[in-house]
Amino acid sequence: MEMMNICCDQITSSNSKELHVLAVDDSNIDRKVIERLLKVSSFKVTVVDSGSRALQYLGLGLEEDDHSTRFDDLKVNLIMTDYSMPGMTGFELLKKIKNSSTLREIPVVIMSSENILTRIDRCLEEGAEDYLLKPVKLSDVTRLKDSILKTENTGTNRLQSYTRKRKRNDDVLPASVCGHQDLSMSPPSSSQTSPTRARL
Amino acid sequence: MELNQMKRQINFARNSLFEQGYLDEQFTQLEDLQDDANPNFVEEIVTLFFSDSMRLIRNVETALENYPTDFCKLDDYMHQFMGSSSSIGAKKVKEECTQFQECCRVRNTEGCRRAFQRVKQEHATLKRKLETYFQVSF
Repeated sequence: MEMMNICCDQITSSNSKELHVLAVDDSNIDRKVIERLLKVSSFKVTVVDSGSRALQYLGLGLEEDDHSTRFDDLKVNLIMTDYSMPGMTGFELLKKIKNSSTLREIPVVIMSSENILTRIDRCLEEGAEDYLLKPVKLSDVTRLKDSILKTENTGTNRLQSYTRKRKRNDDVLPASVCGHQDLSMSPPSSSQTSPTRARL
Repeated sequence: MELNQMKRQINFARNSLFEQGYLDEQFTQLEDLQDDANPNFVEEIVTLFFSDSMRLIRNVETALENYPTDFCKLDDYMHQFMGSSSSIGAKKVKEECTQFQECCRVRNTEGCRRAFQRVKQEHATLKRKLETYFQVSF
């Protein structure tokens, strides 16, 4: 594990290209906060206020051959979306992205103020990378960055995704790994992992 | 020395906001995101919060006057209010919003009205305190 981290550090220091995050949130306050969190963590950030604008930005709806004119610096490495949005919800956006042949490889993270296990499960089943409880913290973003970097560098998206889903079912976390989130909101009988933990 | 005294005043004001439960850890998270290049980040977020929340308050007031009460709409407004309160660490406001949402859930209009009065009170108190705080910090 340590070897892997060193390897990633070496790669990031020699790679001058920043990771580009597309953040989607209908709340102007949350947009401003997530933008700052991401910039502080050295991400390049684009922020939009709706799912439909996100899809526009990602080029969904363009003719297939238009993709040849897309420049590298528009490439999105991660999408972070709020769950509850008017019009298209974050879940609907997630589905559209995962159903798109051109976009499905982009990791999608859901952000929500609500700690609802069935919702979390649905998002993960649909292919979300992670489900972060709001308010999102700097430590969440840092952890996300580490895992995205690993994925980018080893190019094993699918394998890790499969491993994550399997791990989720039989994991019991030691206390030190759990997020600080109030677990008393979870049903007492649940042996599920803390939703703030990166499933990575 | 005047500067030290001012610093002590600012620290005192800040600490009491936390000790009295007006603000929670999220506010500190926002402070940590401030730096020399972005020295007014927290104030900018707080400014946004108050302009947003004034609008939401007006919307809720209107919705509460309508008959029959549209609890879905009220819940939606409160969800937004809760979200932004949470994002700046406005602890007491958030707590009163939760009470309001509970009244919505059981479809109790009078309860909602009373809960909303408390939301407005906490909101006004926080506004006063933060206005004072940011003036002092200048």
